Amino acid sequence: MKMMMGSSFPEEVLEHVFSFIERDKDRNAISTVCQSWYEIERWSRRRVFVGNCYAVSPLILIKRFPDVRCLELKGKPHFADFNLVPEGWGAYVSPWIAAASTAYPWLEEIRLKRMVISDDSLELISKSFKNFKVLVLSSCEGFSTEGLAAIAANCRNLRELDLRESEVEDLNQSSGHWLSHFPDNYTSLVSLNIACLNSEVSFTALERLVGRCPNLRTLRLNRAVPLDRLAILLRRAPQLVELGTGEASDLRPDVFSNLSGAFSGCKELKSLSGFWDVAPGYLPVVYPICPRLTSLNLSYAATIQSSDLIKLVSQCHNLQKLWVLDYIEDLGLEALAASCKDLRELRVFPSEPFGAEPNVLLTEQGLVSVSEGCPKLHSVLYFCRQMSNDALRTIARNRPNMTRFRLCIIEPRTPDYLNHQSLDVGFGAIVEHCKDLRRLSLSGLLTDRVFEYIGTYGKKLEMLSVAFAGDSDLGLHHVLSGCENLRKLEIRDCPFGDKALLANAAKLETMRSLWMSSCSVSFGACKLLGQKMPRLNVEVIDERGPPGSRPESCPVEKLYIYRTISGQRFDMPGFVWTKDENSALGLS
Amino acid sequence: MSPENRNYLPESDVVGLNLKETELTLGLPGDTRVTMDTGVKLGTKRGFSETIDLNLGRSNVKCDDKVCDDELENDVLGGATKSLTANAQLVGWPPVRASRKNVMKSCKFIKVAVDGAPYLRKVDLEMYNSYQQLLSALEDMFSCLTIRNYMSEKKLMDPANGVEYVATYEDRDGDWMLVGDVPWKMFVESCKRVRLMKSSEAIGLAPRTPQKCSSTT
Repeated sequence: MKMMMGSSFPEEVLEHVFSFIERDKDRNAISTVCQSWYEIERWSRRRVFVGNCYAVSPLILIKRFPDVRCLELKGKPHFADFNLVPEGWGAYVSPWIAAASTAYPWLEEIRLKRMVISDDSLELISKSFKNFKVLVLSSCEGFSTEGLAAIAANCRNLRELDLRESEVEDLNQSSGHWLSHFPDNYTSLVSLNIACLNSEVSFTALERLVGRCPNLRTLRLNRAVPLDRLAILLRRAPQLVELGTGEASDLRPDVFSNLSGAFSGCKELKSLSGFWDVAPGYLPVVYPICPRLTSLNLSYAATIQSSDLIKLVSQCHNLQKLWVLDYIEDLGLEALAASCKDLRELRVFPSEPFGAEPNVLLTEQGLVSVSEGCPKLHSVLYFCRQMSNDALRTIARNRPNMTRFRLCIIEPRTPDYLNHQSLDVGFGAIVEHCKDLRRLSLSGLLTDRVFEYIGTYGKKLEMLSVAFAGDSDLGLHHVLSGCENLRKLEIRDCPFGDKALLANAAKLETMRSLWMSSCSVSFGACKLLGQKMPRLNVEVIDERGPPGSRPESCPVEKLYIYRTISGQRFDMPGFVWTKDENSALGLS
Repeated sequence: MSPENRNYLPESDVVGLNLKETELTLGLPGDTRVTMDTGVKLGTKRGFSETIDLNLGRSNVKCDDKVCDDELENDVLGGATKSLTANAQLVGWPPVRASRKNVMKSCKFIKVAVDGAPYLRKVDLEMYNSYQQLLSALEDMFSCLTIRNYMSEKKLMDPANGVEYVATYEDRDGDWMLVGDVPWKMFVESCKRVRLMKSSEAIGLAPRTPQKCSSTT
């Protein structure tokens, strides 16, 4: 039967059918049907996502998928965002670029997250791929404006250059001028995000670039572009759909009216961000745009207080995504709940994360209001200083459609402020009611109980972040044994040790990665795990020196375990130990 | 127990010298190294920027540890009035990206002029945490200059012609002051522009109060 089916359709037909199948999961599934489908599928796969750059090697990738056009790679673990991964740990993209430069001459898109990319790699990209269109560097580092200059100069078909939240080194000589490297006849830019750049860019070059690219729809400027220049850019590109402003501190009437005029010409604007140091007096220039806005990022707008925020969001009736500082306060969130019925995603960031006392009137109540008023709300990131089980239960009941729930109560181990109990039942309600919950971050006072709830109810959970929680290995065991779809688990400062880890060793092969820092996992257990599980890389990250110089029972500082089919990596720095190094050193 | 002297270097450090590894720290054996989220390590020896004479506003108090540490804390944490949680000592907590931690700070671009140089440069004062960092950056920018005399006034020199420059700044009130007179944070807030003035012309500026730390140069 199978063979008949395989030969009854010419390859071209199957290829055509497969071209409608885009999701990786589906492509992976069809590739297992039979040998010929596997072959056709692998030759026609154009888009590859590698969630952990060390899980597979460039060679393996190229061998299986010979004609990839879009490559996406992720490197460091998520906790690297918070300085928990020491400098030099890895995630170097150069071997991938080097391999792709010969194997994939038609590569069009490269998307990297938390990787280290050098100027040399950027130059190689710019010269190797004639049809290169999209470069997204998300939370990357290791490069400078020199590398960007190469991209600008050589990528004739570039559509998208997005440096979101990357660290770009400033070379004082050339810093502003990389933009001038776009040739005069280059007109294909669609999206430019340079918001993370600290240095000034040459404004004339920017203006000319914006002026000659008629398809530009996304422009996210960096802080150094002042408002009066912004007006000029907006008049050159009234077709913009997404805009990130620069700084706007000096309130001047002439700039105000100029800007007002410029904004009124932008009939397509749907997304706004930036707003560094915005003098609140400027906000009215965007009021005409508010009704059209679907996305608003005010999370860097430290100068806009509650009343101005309320005035702003109250006009954004079509808002779907809001990122804001806790200056919005409970009152502002109430206004949001009343005005923005289409809200899908809310992130509230702390204005003073290290202050001991609350500096704003933002409590659990704000989140409760939004959960009540916004029926489509499904993605939440919320920093606050107090929480109660009641509130969590209410939120859970209001929003069973929640898919991402990340709560950060700023002080570790903070109990329910009403009854001083743990927040186990509150989070338990979240996982119980929100049956499609895929991502969860915990905080506050939590015992092993909360993990029991998570293991019992969190069946769709894919990513879990835990800090300062739990009492014993039982907690970890509940999660590892209960959460069937768990892919990423990151834990810090929890009393989890060897037992749960070793008992659930097999589970680790079904996950992308596990991070544990400041826990109680012994070096001996790590060695054992590494030895027993050849398809896992068990990396002990310890800056105190060779783990073998301490007793085996001594807990390791940090532990990063991930599945891999390419074996040990060869670029480990001196503070990373794996089983091979240990046996090489002859340490028992 | 591992010795406190962490003096091994990572083998394959493609990002650059990881000097952290060789840095001496003060602390009990077995203490994990913690970093204040502003990047200043607790328990490390004070760099010389903290030992140079920055606290001229105080009366004749010897520049002892406590004073310098308080100064450092005030400098670094932006104000003596805000008390801090223990969070300030936990690495990576609360989980806020570095770019967000500085949300409170405004971007402070100021123009820097050097007498005799044909161009101005703009620097963002918020990018630096100390006078020493600023001066180093200026040294890089105006590459003909080198910093000298760390222990006394902030002077830069052009080795080619031996001309000495004194770093001065214009404050909010329009007065020209010597760079280094006030705590760093206060300087950042009040500075409108910087001028590297030829030493010979820097007469008539507000006189500096007598130095507190004994200068051994």
